[in-house]
Amino acid sequence: MSGGLRIRDLRVVFDGFVAVDGVDLDVAPGDLRFLIGPNGAGKTTLVDAVTGLVRASGSARFGETELLGRDVHRIVRLGVGRTFQTAAVFEELTVLQNLDIAAGAGRGPWTMLRRRRGIPDDVAKALETIGLADRRDDLAGTLAHGQKQWLEIGMLLVQDAKLLLLDEPVAGMSHEEREATGALLEAVSGERTVVVIEHDMDFLRRFARTVTVLHAGKVLSEGTVAQVQADPRVQEVYLGHAAKEA
Amino acid sequence: MTVILGQLFTGVSIGAVLLLIALGLSLTFGQMNVINMAHGEFIMAGAYTAYVLQQVLTDAGMSLLVALPVAFVVAGLLGVLLEVLLIRRLYLRPLDTLLVTWGVSLILQQLARDVFGAPNVQTRAPDLLTGSTTLLRTADGDVSIANSRLFILALAVLAVLALTAVLKWTPLGRRIRAVVQNRDLAAVSGIANGRVDRLTFFIGSGLAGVAGVALTLLGPIGPTMGTNIIIDAFLVVVVGGIGQIKGSVIVAFVLGMLQSTVEYLTTLSVAKVIVFVAIVAFLQWRPQGMFTLRTRSLA
Amino acid sequence: MSARTRALAGFAAGAVLLFALAPTVLTDFRLSLLAKYLCFAIVAIGVGLAWGRGGLLTLGQGVFFGLGGYAMAMHLKLADAGPGQMPDFMQLYGQLDELPAWWRPFENPVFALAATMLLPMLVAFGLGSLVFRRRVRGAYFAILSQALAAAMVILLIGQQGTTGGTNGLTDIKGFFGYALDDPVNQRTVYFIIAGVLLALLWLARQLMQSRYGELLVAVRDGEERVRFLGYNPANVKLVAYVVAAGMAGLAGALFVPAVGIISPALIGIVPSIELVIGVAVGGRATLLGPVLGAVAVAWAKTALSERFPGTWTYAQGLMFVLVVAFLPGGLASLWGLVRRRAATPAPTTEPAPLAPEPRKVAA
Repeated sequence: MSGGLRIRDLRVVFDGFVAVDGVDLDVAPGDLRFLIGPNGAGKTTLVDAVTGLVRASGSARFGETELLGRDVHRIVRLGVGRTFQTAAVFEELTVLQNLDIAAGAGRGPWTMLRRRRGIPDDVAKALETIGLADRRDDLAGTLAHGQKQWLEIGMLLVQDAKLLLLDEPVAGMSHEEREATGALLEAVSGERTVVVIEHDMDFLRRFARTVTVLHAGKVLSEGTVAQVQADPRVQEVYLGHAAKEA
Repeated sequence: MTVILGQLFTGVSIGAVLLLIALGLSLTFGQMNVINMAHGEFIMAGAYTAYVLQQVLTDAGMSLLVALPVAFVVAGLLGVLLEVLLIRRLYLRPLDTLLVTWGVSLILQQLARDVFGAPNVQTRAPDLLTGSTTLLRTADGDVSIANSRLFILALAVLAVLALTAVLKWTPLGRRIRAVVQNRDLAAVSGIANGRVDRLTFFIGSGLAGVAGVALTLLGPIGPTMGTNIIIDAFLVVVVGGIGQIKGSVIVAFVLGMLQSTVEYLTTLSVAKVIVFVAIVAFLQWRPQGMFTLRTRSLA
Repeated sequence: MSARTRALAGFAAGAVLLFALAPTVLTDFRLSLLAKYLCFAIVAIGVGLAWGRGGLLTLGQGVFFGLGGYAMAMHLKLADAGPGQMPDFMQLYGQLDELPAWWRPFENPVFALAATMLLPMLVAFGLGSLVFRRRVRGAYFAILSQALAAAMVILLIGQQGTTGGTNGLTDIKGFFGYALDDPVNQRTVYFIIAGVLLALLWLARQLMQSRYGELLVAVRDGEERVRFLGYNPANVKLVAYVVAAGMAGLAGALFVPAVGIISPALIGIVPSIELVIGVAVGGRATLLGPVLGAVAVAWAKTALSERFPGTWTYAQGLMFVLVVAFLPGGLASLWGLVRRRAATPAPTTEPAPLAPEPRKVAA
């Protein structure tokens, strides 16, 4: 069983601008948590802070381990993986090479300096899971947009991340691709903890187990989909926001 | 005491030359992230402009005054030409820009050799600038500085003020800063990126021309005069930080003084190495340089 | 034919070319020129690895070439002078009463030979670990590496009494007991260089095809992404940089017996960047491209600059501009284009149809 995520009083400040303002957040082990909120609510910054990309004060524990203050690659080795808004795969490498690199952070120098022989079991399994087995030897740059995002999720799987932080994983996907991705996330959570940043409300209603709403760097509401939807403060933020945009 | 002061002034005047050269780079490299190795040859073009004008006008003072604006335009136009023909195609490949412009600099050097001959040439400085001014009289000797170096210092200060004013208060300056901070956003806001790029390049390269005129007061003019000094100027911008002029100003003077002091204590060659080590050490502390524009992007 | 057989065949062909064909076809003079070009080619292998695969534009390989060259030349000068004697140039300048302390270890051939590679690797390790760890990269790194070359040259020239200054270390007569003016021994030196080149090519091929090689490309294309996979990109880059430095050092060491001189003019900013142009022309990310490019550029330089020195500079400048701006993959990419046209009936790199395969995903 994986550890949960426990955030206390997290603050991120950019040159005087407070992007995340004292967030407390608990994600139970095995949860499939959605993180929503209007633009600029601090969702991505929160993930940046947890994964060591930006400096933050407060505390973010994964299981028993404090994450803040560690180097990015050390946090990853603790079992925290993430994806980015724009799919970031290595386009000049094949699908297989992408996955193999993701699987190999713990390899010793001797293994690294030798050629890959065959396909490691976890990589083969991930190839099946994300449905790219037949594209294995194609360059990642030739994949379709949705496939690149699956490849990224596959990379998190072989990386053996116990906590997955996904930044808008279904953006730009067709309806069928969304369904498939949602099913994949459901299958993955349980033995892993998954946190998803998402704007797509249909996707959220369909797959979220729990939801946290961020607004202006603070937690506005938290609970199941139904609870959050019924929360008048959430309605105000979203409707007020929509009214302004309209 | 006199010795220390003397070194300090030497350092300031080395810094002024560095600054004058680095100022143009802080626009093209600092603001546009283009590594233009031909910047050194724009300096050379400015210097040869001063030389040609003196051949034509004969009067040293007059030709110097005329040379400053003419060299600005000559070098500026060279810069625009380079931007239009090559650099524009390479904005997404900064490292390749470096190599391409290095090729351009080779061509320009050879061109200078073919036109003006391989041996160095020299200009006469106006009488006013040949002497030196005593800044301080003390019991154990005077502290003085060459008038030509004072002139360069004044020129550098003037250039910094002018450039700051342009960037801060003119519509062009606002556009330049907008393009630096977010190209795409600037484009959708109706700023013609291409035109702003060309103007930025014109000013940055033009400043190299001015620096070239200034260098004629200190030494001979030759086809390769820009090659070595350009590296120091790039270091100034690297250490000063991208996107800000004040970083280059401070670092130019600090490096100038460090160079002159260490050189006094050891030798020129050891000073170069120590300055290099100091720069690497500084980058340990501030890898992005002294001042940076902070953004959230995954850079 | 499998990739491995093809590679073996390629190496065999290269060996025949270098060891059988070239020595019989070329005059002694031309062969010694080729030996010099092959030294540049050895540097180019390292540049191809660090820059082509790792994205590290090192404009200061001359420093490592020079460290290797000077280490070798110091030993040979001391050997020429005889036990307990100072090299001729030191006696000439007459500033020193005895050999400087830092020259002394180079009397030992084993130390000197080891130093030709270890010294450059040590310097590269020092600089590399400082700058990569602090994420100084791209243009910043290129400029720093160039500044290092400038500083090294000024240092060498400034310390004339112990380094030979602008002249460098010249007039080297013997190579571990063999007289270098004997054509037979010159030929042997050529064979050593050719052998080292082939061996290092094999090493580079192993590195490029290893998991490390794949990771290096990943770092080049997405350093931050690699960090988020749990690697420290600084270490990945450091390995490539240090290996490239070691190759350049070895090349410098072999250059000395082949040409008989090492001097600041051979290792400064200009020669350092000339090493890069050969790599760019040949094809930076390929294995053979840098080698062929370096040899071709060095050969063209000799051929053209002998007759029309000015023209060569124009040609070199134009080559930089045209290749890097319009053919970033180098001549190797032309070759690849031709081969793909000829071999494959239809383009295979077209994006696949967007059709999702939910069954598999849900599995």
